[in-house]
Amino acid sequence: MGRFCDICLQKRAALRRPKTLQQVCKDCFYLAFEEEIHQTIVENQIFKPGERVAVGASGGKDSTVLAYVLTLLNKRHGYGLDVFLLSIDEGISGYRDDSLETVKRNEKQYGVPLLVVSYKSLYGWTMDEIVSEIGRKNNCTFCGVFRRQALDRGAVMLGANKLVTGHNADDMAETILLNLLRGDIARLSRCTSIITGEEGALPRCKPFKYTYEKEIVMYAYFKKLDYFSTECIYSPNAYRGFAREFIKDLEALRPRAILDIIKSGESFRISLDVKMPEQGVCERCGYISSQKWCKACVLLDGLNRGLPRLGLNRTRTSKKSSSVNEDGYCGENKDHHVRPGKLRGNVPRSSLDF
Amino acid sequence: MGTDSVESNDTVHLNLEFGGGLEILFGSIKCHSVDIPLNSGSEKLKMEHLLVWVRDNLLQERPEFFMKEKSVRPGVLVLINDCDWELCERLNATLENNDTVVFISTLHGG
Ligand SMILES: [Zn+2]
Ligand SMILES: [Zn+2]
Repeated sequence: MGRFCDICLQKRAALRRPKTLQQVCKDCFYLAFEEEIHQTIVENQIFKPGERVAVGASGGKDSTVLAYVLTLLNKRHGYGLDVFLLSIDEGISGYRDDSLETVKRNEKQYGVPLLVVSYKSLYGWTMDEIVSEIGRKNNCTFCGVFRRQALDRGAVMLGANKLVTGHNADDMAETILLNLLRGDIARLSRCTSIITGEEGALPRCKPFKYTYEKEIVMYAYFKKLDYFSTECIYSPNAYRGFAREFIKDLEALRPRAILDIIKSGESFRISLDVKMPEQGVCERCGYISSQKWCKACVLLDGLNRGLPRLGLNRTRTSKKSSSVNEDGYCGENKDHHVRPGKLRGNVPRSSLDF
Repeated sequence: MGTDSVESNDTVHLNLEFGGGLEILFGSIKCHSVDIPLNSGSEKLKMEHLLVWVRDNLLQERPEFFMKEKSVRPGVLVLINDCDWELCERLNATLENNDTVVFISTLHGG
């Protein structure tokens, strides 16, 4: 029994590709999956020869597959990259301990050096300590702001030129949808960029931008890659969870919907006359910021003074310091958060061209 | 598939695996070896019937994370003998003795 592969016409098909609806065997799937990512990397000129690349590695499926595939493509196509794993230890007992063990195994399995940077060492607080101080309501805001900066700092420690993250096509579609639902046109127009942060901090790239989550999980399963899969114990994520479910329902009916949402998102552009906030550095820590203090410093200041809600208000006109959305949800290693120096309150109402 | 071991005619022996975080709903046990009774009158076990049996007999919590309406929750991948169930009629797929069915959630942390 069994149908044959649409590509080689010889081997038994193992899965249906959501992107193309082709039925393919394992070997043809591996090659198509890897080479599409290679095409994305080449077409978008994500890397230059000799660069040091840090993979933001959480131990989850996306970053595990990314580390594996990037290492493989680097050899196969001679990118000439030095690849590193970079993990953040938020200090969440029972969650991060286990996923860090996974990353440590990946370090050996793929022969890629690993750096672990902890919130405790950078900020003096673990997430467990922060949650016991502030409760569970805004913890994802803290965690997201801290993680974004921690990844940048870790990458600097590694002497990296680029930071790559495992955001996949489903994540991208979900983020587009959320920005649309929030009326956040500024973020809607830039959340689809495959490379961000070129103007200031370390460039961040998403080589999986067009890669379906289904294929990432199938790839990890067939290749028996070792990954960790438990939700962060602190993440509430109701709104985002709803958007995710909606995307999955759409995908079940018509798998191309995910790529089409990305295409729509890419077609939104803020017209050029919109004034973006000026980029500077934080007076306190030197991290990139358009305000006097960066968001991490504002949040930390509140924590250290026993006023943890400081910096959490949705002040749209705050001149003195940064403010942060309260509905931030971290996800694993995802950067859906406010970028330093690009607060939504600072971006004027803008016109759109399509 | 094979009928090597001694099996009664009214049950189907299956190996079930839950992964990608889905195992949490099953007491954090990934592999389950089970005998599924056939519905009276039917000779074949279909995926549709298996899902209901798993929900009612194996699942320990939050059934909405496993099923939606008659099928698995979107975002849960299903493989029958290492083959994507989208290639073999999904809910209508027929299961034989000693088949392996794998359920993997794609919905947990990246
Ligand atoms: Zn093939
Ligand atoms: Zn700062």
